[in-house]
This record gives sequence, C-alpha cells and structure tokens, in this order.
Amino acid sequence: MSERDDHELRVSKIQDGTVIDHIAGGHASDVLAILGIDSGTDEVVSVGMNVPSNRLGHKDVVKIEGRELSQNEVDVISLIAPAASINIIREYGVAEKNRVERPDVVEGVLSCPNHDCISTDGEPVASRFAVLDDGVRCAYCETLVREDLADHIDV
Amino acid sequence: MLDRNHVITAKDLSRADIETVLDRAAAIERDPPERERHAGRLLGLCFFEPSTRTRMSFEAAIKRLGGDALDMGPVDSSSATKGESLADTVRVIAGYADALVLRHPSEGAATMASEFVDVPLLNAGDGAGQHPTQTLLDLYTMRENAGGLSDLTVGIMGDLKYGRTVHSLAYALTKFDARQHFVSPESLRLPRSVRYDLHEAGARIREHDDLDAVLDELEVLYVTRIQRERFPDENEYRQVAGEYRIDAATMERAREECVVMHPLPRVDEIAPDVDATPHAKYFEQAHNGVPVRTALLDLLLDDADSGGGEETVDAADDGEDGRKP
Ligand SMILES: [Zn+2]
Repeated sequence: MSERDDHELRVSKIQDGTVIDHIAGGHASDVLAILGIDSGTDEVVSVGMNVPSNRLGHKDVVKIEGRELSQNEVDVISLIAPAASINIIREYGVAEKNRVERPDVVEGVLSCPNHDCISTDGEPVASRFAVLDDGVRCAYCETLVREDLADHIDV
Repeated sequence: MLDRNHVITAKDLSRADIETVLDRAAAIERDPPERERHAGRLLGLCFFEPSTRTRMSFEAAIKRLGGDALDMGPVDSSSATKGESLADTVRVIAGYADALVLRHPSEGAATMASEFVDVPLLNAGDGAGQHPTQTLLDLYTMRENAGGLSDLTVGIMGDLKYGRTVHSLAYALTKFDARQHFVSPESLRLPRSVRYDLHEAGARIREHDDLDAVLDELEVLYVTRIQRERFPDENEYRQVAGEYRIDAATMERAREECVVMHPLPRVDEIAPDVDATPHAKYFEQAHNGVPVRTALLDLLLDDADSGGGEETVDAADDGEDGRKP
C-alpha cells in the first residue's frame, strides 16, 4: 500500500490544521504530550498508530484540526521524531510541507530535570536547551538529558 | 579583554583571557595600582548565600582600585524573601553599580542574571555549578608555585560531584593541557555533564579511588572538603572522609615540590601538621583572591570605560589580548 493511500483511507481530510506524519511507530503519544494534548483538550485530534509505512515499517500519524504548530513545538518534535514531516493544512490543501530539522536550541517546551536549576525557580525566563548529537543540555545549569526526553515536556 | 564582559564560567574564559588576568594580577602584586585608578566606581555585591571571604576579597579588590562596594546585605533582610525574582533584583541593583558580583544557591543563576543586566556580572558561585574567580586564583597560585601552568600533572581529591571549585578548575586546566587525576569515593565522582565537557575538550583525565595510586606523580594536589550532608549516616561519612585526608606523613610519599592547595575552609581533610611543610600553599592561595579579583575588576572596568565591549581599546595602557594591532 502506498503512503498516499494511507492518508486517504485511514485519516479523513481536515480543513485547517496540522498533520504530523512519519512519526516512528509508538511515539504518537510523545508527540501528543509535546503538544499538550490530553483528555481535556478541545481540539479535534485524530491519531493513527502503527500504520504500515514504506519508509519506517510502521509509523504513527497525528492530525490536529484548527491548530498550526509553533516553531518551538516543531523543534521539540524533531528531537523525539526526527523522521517526522509536518504538513500545515489550509482549506483542505497542504499549504506547507516541512521535514523537521534538528534545531540548535529548543526553548520553552522542555523543563529542566535539575530541581536546583534557576530555570525551574519561577524566574521570568523560558527554559532553554542546546541540542547535542545525542541529547539536549540545559543552557542554565548545563544538565544533560539524553534519555526519555518526553518525560521532561512542560506544557 | 574578555570576549564578553560577564564572567560566568571558567569554560567561557580562553587560555589567553586567563593569562591576561594572571599577568595583570602579578603586575598588581609587584606594583599596586594607584588608589584613584577606578575612583568612584561601585561594585554591587549580591550574595544570596553567605560567603564572608569571597565577599570581603571582592570588597578589598574594588577598594584597592579606589572604588567602593554596595552590599545588598543578608538575604533575610532583602527583597528576595518577599518573593522578588532574581531577575528583578539584579536589574534594580545593576542600576546602582558599575559591575555586579553574584552568589546564588541555584545552578545557572549567574547565566540567567546576566541576561538581565548591562553591566559586567561576575559569578561568585551558583549552587553546585561554577565559581570562576576561585579558579583564577587557583591557577594563579599554581603558576606562581609549580613553575608555570603548561603541562602540569594535577591531582584533585575529595568531593568532585558537588564541588563547584573542582568543576571550574577542571575546565580551566584542560585549556593548559594538564594531566588531571581525580581522586574520590565512587559516590562523589565527577558529574556526567562535567565529564562530557572534559572529554569534548580533549582533556587528559583519569579517575582513582585511592590517592596512593598517583601521589608520586603529582606536581599539584588540590584537596576539597567532603561534606557530612552528602552521606546518609555519620559512620559512613567518617569512614569515607577518613580515606581522603592527608597529613605530613602522606606528603612524605609525594614529590618534594608537590604543591598542596585547598579552597578553604578546611575541616580535617588536611591535618594541621601539613601547614609547616613546604608543600602547603593554601593560605597563600586564599590571599591570592585579592590580587586576582583586583586584576579582573581592573580589566572589566577598563573595558567598560572604553565603551562597554566595543572593538576599540585605545585607552588600554598595556598589550592585553584582543587589542587591535
Ligand atoms: Zn537546568
């Protein structure tokens, strides 16, 4: 089955919003966590899990109606789902199609796991992490986070 | 002189920056600056944690340059206890002063504070993070007593996990290609983030749990205190701390010229009988805080005079690094 068929068969078209495709199988829940989507969310969200994919074997797909992702959100998704592509949909068509790129810095979405870090102390600054080859590092206290990035998402 | 006008971590200081500060400190010791050199300049002291000696040595330094210190006082009488953010506190005090010194219990505090002020900010310790002016005086002491800084073999012993002086020092020594031996109990080894940086910087480091494994190679032995609160119970603390303690008999097994240093205060990790040996340089090290901090302030205030970090340094009266040919 081609990937094009996946879209048409499994996920209905949305008018405006974002489709995050080619998330590695099993990581849709991490992406939802980054976007702050949980049972209390108002947005219409559809999730495809373990969809057969030529490129990834199995992939997850997330569609959110009425919301275009911010650059910060895209940046953090890139850390957890480096193969993802992000399609911004306007009036039922793909207005922008972007492969995510690992940024040098992510701001505001992750929170520092070090409880002694100034960024967790109620100061008027957003968290900021430098992106390394194999993880991220707090720009304030320099703590390294390599595993389980999704556990440190702050939304 | 420095690439940026804040002094936050030893990592940010280049080898040339460090040498500039140490050279100026040596010049100040030989030939004290005129009292009017920075007359009227004010140094804001923001200590959110007590540290009498660091505070006093900064105060002595600015006064030797003809300036004065403004002390925000103990934290229990300041706005911080009323819930004011650190960002707001430093923004207000930066309006009163030509440079700020900050000590704060949270890691990364100085980095954050520097984002909110235009005057030079010096980190005087941020939690278990960095303490770069201590590092500069440590390096100065090594340079004066161990025949220079190049190619040294240095042992660093004690609490390597939480000891901020250790982290700053290790970064700086890496810039001088030192061989570094870290001696500590397993539970107090270097934290992962520091080890990561040292490897990235190509540092030559080895870790040991026993001083005797390296003692006879060392040109410098830097001892730090192992704190009681790092251990779950008194017995375990006593047992571990006892293994990382030196006395005059220990130093008989060291090289004759091995320099013993300690950031002070010590408790019992260096026995008093070491004080009388030629190895002991920790009191001299403590005294070096003043010339080194004087030199650093002198350079930072010079930079501020010449236009706050602009490229032209025509007012400088020496050949400091970064000056245009
Ligand atoms: Zn942090």
